[in-house]
Amino acid sequence: MTAAQLVVNALGLAAIVWVVWYFLFSRRPATVARQTRGVQEIAITVKGGYSPDTILVQAGKPVRLLFYRDETADCSERVVFEHFSINARLPAFETTPIEFTPTEPGEYPFRCGMAMLKGLLVVEPAGAGRRTAASPHPAHG
Amino acid sequence: MAKQRVTLPIEGMSCASCAATVQEALGRAPGVAGASVNYATAKAAVEYDDAQTAVGRLAQAVRDAGYQCGQATVRFGVTDLHYAPSVAGLERELGQIVGVIRVTANQATETVTVTYVPGVVAAEQLEQAVRAAGFRTAEPIAAEDPVERERLARAREVRDLTGKFVLAACVAVVAMLGGMVLLAGDPRHDAVGRFDVLGRLLMPLAMRLRSGGGALANLASHPERVKLVLAVLTTPVLLWSGRQFFAGAWSGFRHRTADMNTLIAVGTGAAFLYSLAATLVPGVFARAGLPADVYYEAVAAIIALILLGRLLEAHAKGRTSAAIRRLAGLRPAVAHVLRGTVPQDIPVQAVEPRDLVVVKPGERVPADGLLTEGGSAVDESMLTGEPMPVVKTPGDEVIGGSLNTTGSFTFRATRVGKDTALGQIIRLVEDAQSSKAPIQGLADRVAGVFVPVVIAIAIAAFLAWYNIGPAPELLYATIALVTVLIIACPCALGLATPTAILVATGRAAEHGVLIRGGEALERLSKVRAVLLDKTGTITEGKPTVTHIVAARKPDGSAVATGEVLRWAASVEQRSEHPIAQAIVKAATDRMVLLLPVEKFAAMEGRGVRGTVDRRIVEVISARHARERSLELGSLSQDADRLSAQQRTPIVVVVNNTVHAIIAIADAVKPTARDAVAQLKALGLTVQMVSGDTRAAAGAVAKEVGITDVVAEVLPSQKVDLVKKAQRQGFPVAMVGDGINDAPALAQADVGMAIGTGTDVAMEASDVTLVRGDLRGVVTAVQVSRRTLRTIKQNLFWAFIYNLLGIPVAAGVLYPFFGVLLSPVLASAAMAWSSLSVVLNSLRLRRYTPSWAA
Repeated sequence: MTAAQLVVNALGLAAIVWVVWYFLFSRRPATVARQTRGVQEIAITVKGGYSPDTILVQAGKPVRLLFYRDETADCSERVVFEHFSINARLPAFETTPIEFTPTEPGEYPFRCGMAMLKGLLVVEPAGAGRRTAASPHPAHG
Repeated sequence: MAKQRVTLPIEGMSCASCAATVQEALGRAPGVAGASVNYATAKAAVEYDDAQTAVGRLAQAVRDAGYQCGQATVRFGVTDLHYAPSVAGLERELGQIVGVIRVTANQATETVTVTYVPGVVAAEQLEQAVRAAGFRTAEPIAAEDPVERERLARAREVRDLTGKFVLAACVAVVAMLGGMVLLAGDPRHDAVGRFDVLGRLLMPLAMRLRSGGGALANLASHPERVKLVLAVLTTPVLLWSGRQFFAGAWSGFRHRTADMNTLIAVGTGAAFLYSLAATLVPGVFARAGLPADVYYEAVAAIIALILLGRLLEAHAKGRTSAAIRRLAGLRPAVAHVLRGTVPQDIPVQAVEPRDLVVVKPGERVPADGLLTEGGSAVDESMLTGEPMPVVKTPGDEVIGGSLNTTGSFTFRATRVGKDTALGQIIRLVEDAQSSKAPIQGLADRVAGVFVPVVIAIAIAAFLAWYNIGPAPELLYATIALVTVLIIACPCALGLATPTAILVATGRAAEHGVLIRGGEALERLSKVRAVLLDKTGTITEGKPTVTHIVAARKPDGSAVATGEVLRWAASVEQRSEHPIAQAIVKAATDRMVLLLPVEKFAAMEGRGVRGTVDRRIVEVISARHARERSLELGSLSQDADRLSAQQRTPIVVVVNNTVHAIIAIADAVKPTARDAVAQLKALGLTVQMVSGDTRAAAGAVAKEVGITDVVAEVLPSQKVDLVKKAQRQGFPVAMVGDGINDAPALAQADVGMAIGTGTDVAMEASDVTLVRGDLRGVVTAVQVSRRTLRTIKQNLFWAFIYNLLGIPVAAGVLYPFFGVLLSPVLASAAMAWSSLSVVLNSLRLRRYTPSWAA
């Protein structure tokens, strides 16, 4: 095997590993939900993905996620929180509030109807200090 | 000049005292006659003199008080505004519309920006004003309604896609010709054409080109110039036509998601960059022992074909939701509302509960309400299934969306907009349409990891060709990489279930069957047994007149039944008893005119009496008639016969002579027998459940052809019956009235509620039969079975397509047949695969219930 071949093969294998890690197993820093009158609120823009897509909230307090869907692409028409039995339609160019109260700390993935867009709700024990969630668990384990 | 009344949305009020502040501020504003602010609804109703003030100033008054008046802005194009000497007329015309706050017309950009109060101004009014000023709007004005806005956004997308497709297609054709020129001028032509399916097809053409000579053949001797021209032509295709793929891929990349766009962007991007390198620095390729081949035609053709696929798909998808648009189309755009003395035309969204609304002949009713004045016959077939127009008089309920025939009337709105029966139906269908069936679960799990895995496979295929493939390795490897990326289609997987559910639930709704969603649909398709409640489900649920048996007069002739009914109903119209109502209804249904009644008296438990047309008319029970030893004659046997059939015989006595027997019973619905037969034909076990006596239940069961009857069941025991049926291992459907039967409906695998007019709430039920027709159960079962079959077909093809397509694209056939798929063919296959799924689902639109065929 020539040096060029070695380099190409090494690059190719690295690319495979990186693609799988980046799209399926990596995660972004969490955004902390804002507290307003006892409700943890955060606005999420839906356009080819959820911005922000990793959200940090505290257990036991009501959570209000305001999804604004800024596109007509069918992919993002629904948002699903399986653990909370939520499967809501997001009309295009509208803000749809999703409300629930997480009681148990943990990590709850959410996704679009087709599971192509993904987000993660990180629920911390009540009263826990603000820290960025950097859990080693994969986003949808 | 004239009094106007508007309702302004107020923002920023956090307590009732804020409402008082706003109310005071509005009340003090010049020209305002009265203002009332509702904190709960966050709305201010203002009455003002339009000679002294305008909505804009009212909004200013609200702002001055420290709050915001809800505002919306719409911008639209006006054709030829550029050439108009002045825009003042247009601005004035638009500014005159009640609810418009500010108008700015821009001649340079030919656009008009209107700021207005949402809910008060309709898009049609703006268009009308533009026409009145002598201009035309360049496009339909976007309404504030998000559904409408979504539709317009989609329409824009389609226009946009069309343009992009045309450019890509034109360049693809030119690039293919160019590619042939290059092929013709290439001394290795047979070597290159051998492996590629498309290349083989094009080879004869290229040969002809070479032998044909002429200008093109001349070009062939300068391949580097041809390549440069193609590069220049293909660049805009990639950057403009294919922009959305790159934008989508980039946006997905930042969110660490990969989708369809990622595949196309990486695929076409790789092909383009390879070609560009071969065009600009052919020397490098030559040194590496590579042919400096270009794939511009592939780049352009892939983008063109995928855009074409998306265009066709958008078109087909537009048709899938046609049912909703038809339902929404039942609501008129404008309502004539009496606010003050003169009726004014306002957009239907602005109608509020308690408004008085005028409906003219031939118009649709804009909201639910109670008729207050006038009268007419109204066609409610779309809601109740009742084919004949229903006569409405003051006090009657009118349903939004129903069609007024010839009369004119005024009604007081009780429920408006989304709260109306029609609004609820639309929302239920919309919710159902965007729901999923559990069967989609596997496809979703696959779709979630699909794209990254495909990218990994593509890179693996690249490495395989690079390491063990024939020379030129890098070229083959690149082709395999691009083809795998292009052929993979997660869209077909994702579309399989939603499109089928979308079409099916819409189609079912058009037949008066509301299905809660994909899950209910899937369970329904597996149902093997149906439990039918008797009262209100198989029967009408209220007593009706089933027979009138007239006595013989002394001269032997029969008493006219119409006369008997007239006398009986005239007396009974004063009674509230269900039997009385049945007799009165029978008379009105037969267009019998009722007479005034005097000396009316109800005889507890025995009947009623009164004087009609100078005759003493008594409507009494058969038992009471016998107690009084009235001469029944042959009617005595009729009474016994009717009693045996579980009907209640009522005796009509006129001047102490028995004139007729009226049989009253809870009549079986006319279509029930047919429905039961159809259910049995579908292979379902049908059982009837009733709280009535064995005899009464048995009589009804016999009439509709049910042999399996469980009678004398308490409502609470119905749940146990459902459980018992479920123990046999089959999913069970229960059909009932949704109120008394709610627990049983909830226990059943599929609960079906028989709707009653405007009440379409279906909390406990998976399916609502809006029209009360039992044949709706047949429709629901048939639709569900067909939908599931369609979904399975869709999923099968989507999986098979990818399972076969990806390995073929990677080149597994090459060692055996020497065939490698062309990237262009791969893109055509990809476009077709998702389109075919949509088209297959659209076949459900042709569904017609077996009983209607």
